[in-house]
Amino acid sequence: MSVDAATVRRVAKLARIAVSEDDVPAIETELNAILGFVEQLGEVDVADVEPMTSVTPMAMKKRKDGVTDGDKADDIVANAPASEDHFFMVPKVVE
Amino acid sequence: MTEPTALTIAEARDALKAKTLSAGELTEAYISAIEAANGALNAYVAVTPDKARAMAKASDERIAKGEAGALEGIPLGIKDLFATEGVHTQACSHILDKFEPRYESTVTSNLWSAGAVMLGKLNMDEFAMGSSNETSYYGPVKNPWRKTGSNVDLVPGGSSGGSAAAVAAHLCAGATATDTGGSIRQPAAFTGTVGIKPTYGRCSRWGIAAFASSLDQAGPIARDVKDAAILLKTMASTDAKDTTSVDRDVPDYEAAVGRSVKGLKIGIPKEYRVERMPEEIEALWQKGIEWLKDAGAEIVDVSLPHTKYALPAYYIVAPAEASSNLARYDGVRYGLRVPGENIADMYEKTRAAGFGREVKRRIMIGTYVLSAGYYDAYYLKAQKVRTLIKRDFETVYADGIDALLTPATPSAAFGIADQDMASDPVKMYLNDIFTVTVNMAGLPGLAVPGGLSQDGLPLGLQLIGRPFDEETLFSVGSAIEKAAGRFTPKKWW
Repeated sequence: MSVDAATVRRVAKLARIAVSEDDVPAIETELNAILGFVEQLGEVDVADVEPMTSVTPMAMKKRKDGVTDGDKADDIVANAPASEDHFFMVPKVVE
Repeated sequence: MTEPTALTIAEARDALKAKTLSAGELTEAYISAIEAANGALNAYVAVTPDKARAMAKASDERIAKGEAGALEGIPLGIKDLFATEGVHTQACSHILDKFEPRYESTVTSNLWSAGAVMLGKLNMDEFAMGSSNETSYYGPVKNPWRKTGSNVDLVPGGSSGGSAAAVAAHLCAGATATDTGGSIRQPAAFTGTVGIKPTYGRCSRWGIAAFASSLDQAGPIARDVKDAAILLKTMASTDAKDTTSVDRDVPDYEAAVGRSVKGLKIGIPKEYRVERMPEEIEALWQKGIEWLKDAGAEIVDVSLPHTKYALPAYYIVAPAEASSNLARYDGVRYGLRVPGENIADMYEKTRAAGFGREVKRRIMIGTYVLSAGYYDAYYLKAQKVRTLIKRDFETVYADGIDALLTPATPSAAFGIADQDMASDPVKMYLNDIFTVTVNMAGLPGLAVPGGLSQDGLPLGLQLIGRPFDEETLFSVGSAIEKAAGRFTPKKWW
C-alpha cells in the first residue's frame, strides 16, 4: 500500500495539521518510505495470534468512582492562551 | 580535594554524610559547571539555580538534623518531558511554549521527597521522537565526546540526549530520562554512560508527557551502574495515579550491584548479528561474552526469531499511539495558539506551526494506520506481531536464561546534521534496532559502556532481563563495568 497526494491531504486534514501544497510531495515521499519499511510485516504469519493488549500481565486496576480532587479552576486555566472567568476562550463555534 | 562534580552519586552521598562536603557546595559546583559549559553543549533548556540553591539549603538543614533522605543533596537534571511544578516543561516542543504545569510528575516527586536537588530541565528530541536530539525546538545537543584528534560535533543520541550529555560532561550527578524505543539506552551508549529502561509498569508515567503509552517508561542515566541502581530505587514506585503502575515492592537495587554472576545463564541471540554490522561492534559483543564467561556466567546461544519485525511493528504502534496522545495539543488549553478564521482553522494552523517535522510525520503515519479501512492491515497486525516478539523472549526465559547480552547500538555516535540520516527517516530509525524489541515486550534493558571505538568513541552493550528482574541486570552490568572500566570524555568545551 502506498499513499498519493490526495491521501496526504486527507490524512493531514484528519490529523488537523495544515499542510501547504508545496509540502505535499515531500511528505508523500517520506510517508511512502516509512510504509514501505513496515511492509515487511506481510511476511509474518499471524494466524491464530492474539493481538497484544497489555504488555505486562496484570489485572486492570479499578478505583472508586468518587471525587478526589477539585476546586482548581485557577490552576486549570493558568496556562491557557486565552481565558475569561475560568472558561477557555475559542473562536466562535456555533452561529 | 576532588572537584565536587567529579564525584559519583555514591561518593557524594558519602561525602555529605561525612560532612566533608555540604549540599550547598555541591550544588554551587554544578551551577558553575553548567554556566561554563551549557553554551557549548546545549544540554539544558532551562536552568533553575535559585530553586537548586533553596533545595540544597533545605538538604543541609535535614542533614544537620539527621533526617537525610536516600538522595539528600544530590543535584539532578530532569528531562523536559517530566512535569515540574512552575518550571519549564515543554517536551522541547514549540507547541508547549511557556507551559509551566501546576503539578509535579510522580517520578520527580519521588526524587524531591528523597532529598534530591533540581538543577534544571534537559534538552531532548521533541516529544521524545528522535534518536539524535536534533528534533528539539531548542536545537541539537552536542556530545561531550569527539573522535580522537577531531573537532567535529557529534550527536549525543536521543531522545534523552540532554540527559546523557549532561551526565557525561558532569553537569549533573545523574539525570531522569525516558525510553519508548531506545531513548535511554542509545544515548547512554553514545556518551559512555549507564542507562536503564525498567520493566513497563515499574516507574509511574503520571506527569510525563505521553508519546506512546504502551511503550513509554522512565529510567535514569548515570555515570556508573551503582548510581543507576541508586536512582532507580527512588524513581520507581507504585502509583494509584497510573493504572499501569505495578503493585510490587521496589527492591534494593544497589544491593544487586557487585553480586556474583557465577552460574547465571546469559543468552546470546543470533538474530542481533545484523547485516553490515561494523566489525568493532561485533568485537565489542565478543569481548562482553568473554568478560561474563570469566566472571563465571554460562553463555548460551539462543534464537529470537521475530527480532527483525520489531522495528517495523514499532513504527506502526508508536506513531498510532502518538497520533492519539498528541491530539490534545490544539491551542485551546495550553501552549501555542495561532489564530485562524474558525476553530478548525485555528487547530490546523496551531499544530502546523507548533509541531516540528518529525513529530508531524509520525502523527500523520499514526493517523493513516488508524484510519478507516487500514486499522486491521496495520495496527492490528502490528499488535499481533508484538505478541510474537514477546513470546520469543518468554520462550528463552522459560528455558532458564537469566538475561540476554547484545550490542546497544549498531554504531558509535554520528555527526550532527548527518546527510545520510537527514535524507531518509528510516535510516535514523535503524539506530533503535537492538533496543526497540525490549519496549515491544515491556522488558527491562540496561546499557553499559563496553569500550571505545577505533576513533575513540564510546560503545555500549545492552543487557535484557526478565520482567521485573532489574536486579540481575545491575549485577551482570556491574560485572561488565568491572572488566571494561569507566569512560570519561576529554574536556574541550
